[in-house]
Amino acid sequence: MSTVTDDKRKAPAGERVADWADGRLGIYSLAKANMRKIFPDHWSFMLGEIALYSFIIIILTGVYLTLFFHPSMNEVVYHGSYVPMQGIRMTEAYASTLEISFDVRGGLLIRQIHHWAALIFLAAMFVHMMRVFFTGAFRKPREINWLFGFLLFVLGMFTGFTGYSLPDDLLSGTGVRFTQGAILATPVVGTYISFFLFGGEFPGHDMVARFYSIHILLLPGIMLGLVVAHLILVFYHKHTQFAGPGRTNKNVVGMPLLPVYMAKAGGFFFLVFGVIAAIAGLFTINPVWALGPYRPDQVSTGAQPDWYMGFAEGLIRVMPGWEINLWGHTLALGVFIPLTLFGLVLVALAVYPFIESWVTGDKREHHILDRPRNAPTRTALGVAWITGYVIMLLGGGNDIFATHFHLSINSITWFVRISYFVGPVLAFVITRRICLGLQRRDKDKVLHGRESGIIKRLPHGEFVEVHEQLSRQELHTLTAHEQYAPAEIGPSVDENGVERKVTRGQKLRAKLSKGYYGEGNQIPKPTADEYKEITSGHGHH
Amino acid sequence: MSSQEIPEKNLPSEQDTAHGAVAVAEDPFADPGLPPHKPRVQDIDERAAKRSERTVALLFTLSMLSTIGFIASFVAFPVEKIVYVWPLGHVSALNLSLGVTLGLALFCIGAGAVHWARTLMSDVEVADDRHPIEADPVVKAKVMSDFAAGAEESAIGRRKLIRTTMFGALAMVPLSGVVLLRDLGPLPEEKLRHTLWGKGKQLINMNTNEPLRPEDVAVGSLTFAKPEGLEEDNHEFNNEIAKAALMIVRLQPQDIKDKRELDWSHQGIVAFSKICTHVGCPISLYEQQTHHVLCPCHQSTFDLSDGARVIFGPAGHALPQLRIGVNDEGFLEALGDFEEPVGPSFWERG
Repeated sequence: MSTVTDDKRKAPAGERVADWADGRLGIYSLAKANMRKIFPDHWSFMLGEIALYSFIIIILTGVYLTLFFHPSMNEVVYHGSYVPMQGIRMTEAYASTLEISFDVRGGLLIRQIHHWAALIFLAAMFVHMMRVFFTGAFRKPREINWLFGFLLFVLGMFTGFTGYSLPDDLLSGTGVRFTQGAILATPVVGTYISFFLFGGEFPGHDMVARFYSIHILLLPGIMLGLVVAHLILVFYHKHTQFAGPGRTNKNVVGMPLLPVYMAKAGGFFFLVFGVIAAIAGLFTINPVWALGPYRPDQVSTGAQPDWYMGFAEGLIRVMPGWEINLWGHTLALGVFIPLTLFGLVLVALAVYPFIESWVTGDKREHHILDRPRNAPTRTALGVAWITGYVIMLLGGGNDIFATHFHLSINSITWFVRISYFVGPVLAFVITRRICLGLQRRDKDKVLHGRESGIIKRLPHGEFVEVHEQLSRQELHTLTAHEQYAPAEIGPSVDENGVERKVTRGQKLRAKLSKGYYGEGNQIPKPTADEYKEITSGHGHH
Repeated sequence: MSSQEIPEKNLPSEQDTAHGAVAVAEDPFADPGLPPHKPRVQDIDERAAKRSERTVALLFTLSMLSTIGFIASFVAFPVEKIVYVWPLGHVSALNLSLGVTLGLALFCIGAGAVHWARTLMSDVEVADDRHPIEADPVVKAKVMSDFAAGAEESAIGRRKLIRTTMFGALAMVPLSGVVLLRDLGPLPEEKLRHTLWGKGKQLINMNTNEPLRPEDVAVGSLTFAKPEGLEEDNHEFNNEIAKAALMIVRLQPQDIKDKRELDWSHQGIVAFSKICTHVGCPISLYEQQTHHVLCPCHQSTFDLSDGARVIFGPAGHALPQLRIGVNDEGFLEALGDFEEPVGPSFWERG
């Protein structure tokens, strides 16, 4: 810059730094595309932000915890400041967790922020996924981002599990034992996987060190990469938006990143962090000091995993203890079926976008979100999935329900066994009816206007309620959604009278398509003709 | 299965759209375009805007004060100080004050920034165009020809020997990584079939660390035992107790329904593995009247008066029984190891 003499004005320092960086990183081109990038506004778009921010909080607090935690299973006799545990044999992992909780100033707070943030991270991802599911935001071009998000959720579950196993306390050790028992049930390779994972027999001397490297390096490393990819794709695809006046599939309406979303999203990070810090200060989470160190021959009652593992716990609890012994081998179906279901329940989430796009045959880009009511079958499927999930969550807490509500554990277990099959079906039917009802109400509102609450008496004595016409904006918003016609197989012979071969896949698709979009499975939206006929005043009111 | 099977007419047509489109008289549902911006009170009243500014500044100031409070708490409260705070109960004064001050310090920054954005920054909505993600045909053609040129120049299609051996090499080299995992642990061999129990091993009371006599075991009580010689400071204590943990109850011999159970008992005293056959939790709940034991983890229930068979819950088979007797000194002893593997089922169990 010093060679430029004819430029009288000396650029301000900030600009000179930016120039320097631009010459090396090309930041101006990057900023041109992104600094004033438009983001649409809706409360449900914050759910993903909560997940992102709690992930950042987990990394920050996790780094702090590694400074004090000793990931070792060497046995020591405790002589620290927590009196009830003095003189007790425990692993260094457990002893250092006690030290973090009782001797390091602020250590307990950071430990509790870390744990609370993990619970909230998983919950936020779960609800964020529901938002994306029920509004159809997973459709083209966002299927891959759905998969990234799905992987983040699943990896988050395992990172959480390996994390809460590290203190090697009685509760977490019980959870690890359960996992080892489940691994043993895997046919053919289970015993080997268990011996390799634990470095020999359970619990062995390697578990904490191995879980530690998985928990702080392997899984979070992958997750960090996925988070970055997830965000890049959000930027690249531009955010989805709900239908409304001026909002189309070809534009994105909202406010710019700088300054509005910089302030809102940046501020929201502090809100999330602040709330989690306050929760961690006020409410104890995972009091590892309460039950003592892990011993394979001891257990407490009311043992529960963190919430996101609860449905797996339910599956394993309510499954009947089937076991097959043949040819010198044992197939522990009572454990292996829950283990398989655990995977299938999750995989169903991952593949759903591809199934729906196969049924619709729609290969266009979708940037306008569906209101859940306008996709009744999808919404009903989602609610059915959640119902099954929640029922298993209840099953995972069957002992807690039994003791708190004085119920028989056997009846709760049987209730869960039956309702796992009945509940989702009921939920599906009810949800779809509700969606169709809401569609009918929307149609009614479009055609007949809104009930104004004003009762008018006509000259001949009849009372009628005055309906208020919707504004053009509202009319557009309520009719902007797309409706598919069901796919048909077509005639069984082609135009030359030769029999057409109809594959089983085509038949299945036609059937599914009818289930999604057939008569009675969606309410045809009002047409302009219907509207005009009614509003032209030929005595329909 | 491809999309072509669904005719284009079956796909719904997109509503007509152009941004800011003027409503066509014929279509009452057409997009009327972005509604006009409604000003907020701060946009028209400078006094209201000033009030917002003061609110934001107050929040940021509160945050600064909270940070000072955080540092003060860190210095002031000893780490072991416990205080009673309603309704939380007895809590660590340091943890509570650090959490609340840090929470406030962070929350106020967030609240200030959001309030600033909502009341003072422009809330005029702007539309940005989207562009199709798919490349246009010209770009695609260029990429395809580039790729073809690259592939041609490398001659990977023609020189099949190179291609095949390269795939072979790349497929094989990860095997080294797999092989390296071999020493993660020893092979299972027969390890899950044996425990520390054996002929002549005395039953040691887990609580008192003393050998058990038959008269120590009262009717209706549940006693936990370990094999003689296994001490807590033993390096392999956890691995061994994970298999050897034993529970002992005394039943009336006439209550024992299972013939083998009666044969393996001593004066109605029976010894069963404490490790649940479901996924390995230690069973620890005993119902005296019915002689049922319940695993608190997954509620498998076993009937100790009937060979410890499963009467409820997810366990797949009965608890293994240990054959016991009394030695010359009058102490309970094992008459051998368990005859079947203890704990959860595994493929080789048979």
